Amino acid sequence: MDAGMIWEWIIKSIFLILFMTGGFAYVTLLERRVLARMQVRIGPNRVGKFGLLQPIADAVKLIFKEELIPAGADKLMFIVAPVITVIPALIITGVIPWGTSINLFGREIALSIANVNVGVLYIMAVTSISVYGITLAGWSSNNKYAMFGGLRSTAQMISYELALGLSLVGPILLAGSMNVMDIVQAQKTLPFALLQPAGFIVYFMATLAEINRAPFDMPEAEQELTAGYHTEYSSMKFALFFMAEYIKMIAVAMIGSTMFLGGFQGPFVDQLPWLGPVYLFGKVIVWLFVDIWIRATLPRIRYDKLMALGWKVMYPIALLNVFITGILVVLTTKR
Amino acid sequence: MPPLGVIILYAIIGLVSVGSAVGLLVSRNAIYSALFLVLNFLTVALLYLVLGAPFIALAQITVYAGAIMVLFLFVIMMLGAEKLTESSLRVRGLRVLAVVLGLVFAAEVALFLVVRGGIPAAPAEPALTFGDPAAVGLMLFQQYTLPFEITSVILLAAMVGAIVLTRGDLKDRLARRAALEKKA
Amino acid sequence: MLQAYLPLLILLVFAVLIGFLVVAIGHVFGPKRPTARKAAPYESGMVPYGPGTRRISVRYYLVAVLFILFDIETIFFLLWAVVLRDLGVFGLVEMFLFMGTLAVGLIYAWKKGALEWE
Repeated sequence: MDAGMIWEWIIKSIFLILFMTGGFAYVTLLERRVLARMQVRIGPNRVGKFGLLQPIADAVKLIFKEELIPAGADKLMFIVAPVITVIPALIITGVIPWGTSINLFGREIALSIANVNVGVLYIMAVTSISVYGITLAGWSSNNKYAMFGGLRSTAQMISYELALGLSLVGPILLAGSMNVMDIVQAQKTLPFALLQPAGFIVYFMATLAEINRAPFDMPEAEQELTAGYHTEYSSMKFALFFMAEYIKMIAVAMIGSTMFLGGFQGPFVDQLPWLGPVYLFGKVIVWLFVDIWIRATLPRIRYDKLMALGWKVMYPIALLNVFITGILVVLTTKR
Repeated sequence: MPPLGVIILYAIIGLVSVGSAVGLLVSRNAIYSALFLVLNFLTVALLYLVLGAPFIALAQITVYAGAIMVLFLFVIMMLGAEKLTESSLRVRGLRVLAVVLGLVFAAEVALFLVVRGGIPAAPAEPALTFGDPAAVGLMLFQQYTLPFEITSVILLAAMVGAIVLTRGDLKDRLARRAALEKKA
Repeated sequence: MLQAYLPLLILLVFAVLIGFLVVAIGHVFGPKRPTARKAAPYESGMVPYGPGTRRISVRYYLVAVLFILFDIETIFFLLWAVVLRDLGVFGLVEMFLFMGTLAVGLIYAWKKGALEWE
């Protein structure tokens, strides 16, 4: 371990964080434009060419907004809760490889922050601590709507986390490793989505619920439930919740592409390693587009149906899928 | 002797761990206590990592810092026990009990040191693959099959216990559901 | 060993920094003109009624307990998936027993109405 290594890690970390925050800004724009088109509107197109400067205008507006802290709120927790929400979103993609490695400035640089042999468990661990921000935001607001919004979101997230965790067992079974890099390499010929269609669908639906996206966006049921856990938030603290949500959206697209769609694999990636990130982000953008498409198409699902779907349908299906995959893996292993 | 960086890291983690444990004890708000406990679990996970057991470290975060503490938060909110009042601290004999238990603990530590003859030397560095998921998995599923199966029975018992505890509410729920379906 | 995880720690440090930085920016640049009306908790325009935080239903407790148990099961599954090829049929039978016991619990919870919300 030399100083060069540490600098490399620091630069990669800063790059990932800047990439994710920048991605957040432009996914909001993408969402607004695509949604508008699907609803036969135009969407924001005045600030800059194609509205490309709109996210910056939004950020500037939010920076100069007044910060409100409701009377009787737990001040410290009220301020810390949005920060706690955004941290897991920023660190969860630390184990996702963007490619093999490239040669830059005469140095062999691996295109991943950490290549660890418990990668999938790291994703699970970070997911499991991402509920605190939301619960605490609701609790500290001294507002009934916020409190119940936060609790409902938490109950929803933990319920779907089970199906989510089980859907990730399929790719591990097929690759025989928890290392994300090994899982990507095992998909050289065939992406796991084709071998694990049930697991893929469960992953897709469970992550929609996990990141509170439509049709499972109970916490943001602005029309029915005022807003949920972020009712009392304003200014940059409000922005942090949305930052967390959109970064999570990118992160689950990235993890899903890696686990089921072959990650950075694609034609000629062995000869030209810099194609890896290009393929990965192609897949991520398609995934995000489908997310937005679903929001434009499906109505919000009622809360009792949402919980019933998670426990009574998705969890049993995921369990069955894991077991059938296990039997097939044992049968096809040559001894 | 481990490298200096590891020692410094260990010292920082240890300090945060002890600090969060003290915070847990002295904070007057049960929600803050629960959060200090989350922080404590996270630092303990880091200690496992320093010891070369990444699987255990991340399982600790997932199960303890993630799942169990969500239950703690829900239970605190369910009881409405966020704020500690003066009267809830005034349990009789609490101070005496604390002193007695403290003395017992000190005696245990002293006994341990006497019996073991001082602080043991650091064990040899374990093999690099020691904490691998594959190594842990093979050990768990081959060597410790019976304990693994017994775990499932314990989990089942916990599940049945929770359902029995809430059976009043569950009956109401089923009745309401049936009424709703009748109306529809 | 530890080296592989150090980048994740560095990433964590930067994530914490950026979180507090964003809050600080809003705090520095935003105007501060609080009034009693502004600080009142939002309740659809009504004067807030009763305390903002109150005791919650026991069903959240139940869902959290079920979550813990099945979360532990998931961890075992992840570990099992890594080594299933080496374990072979023995591994399948072992996991089938484990899963069977918990499936009994799931069915029991289902029948008792623990998975119902309304």
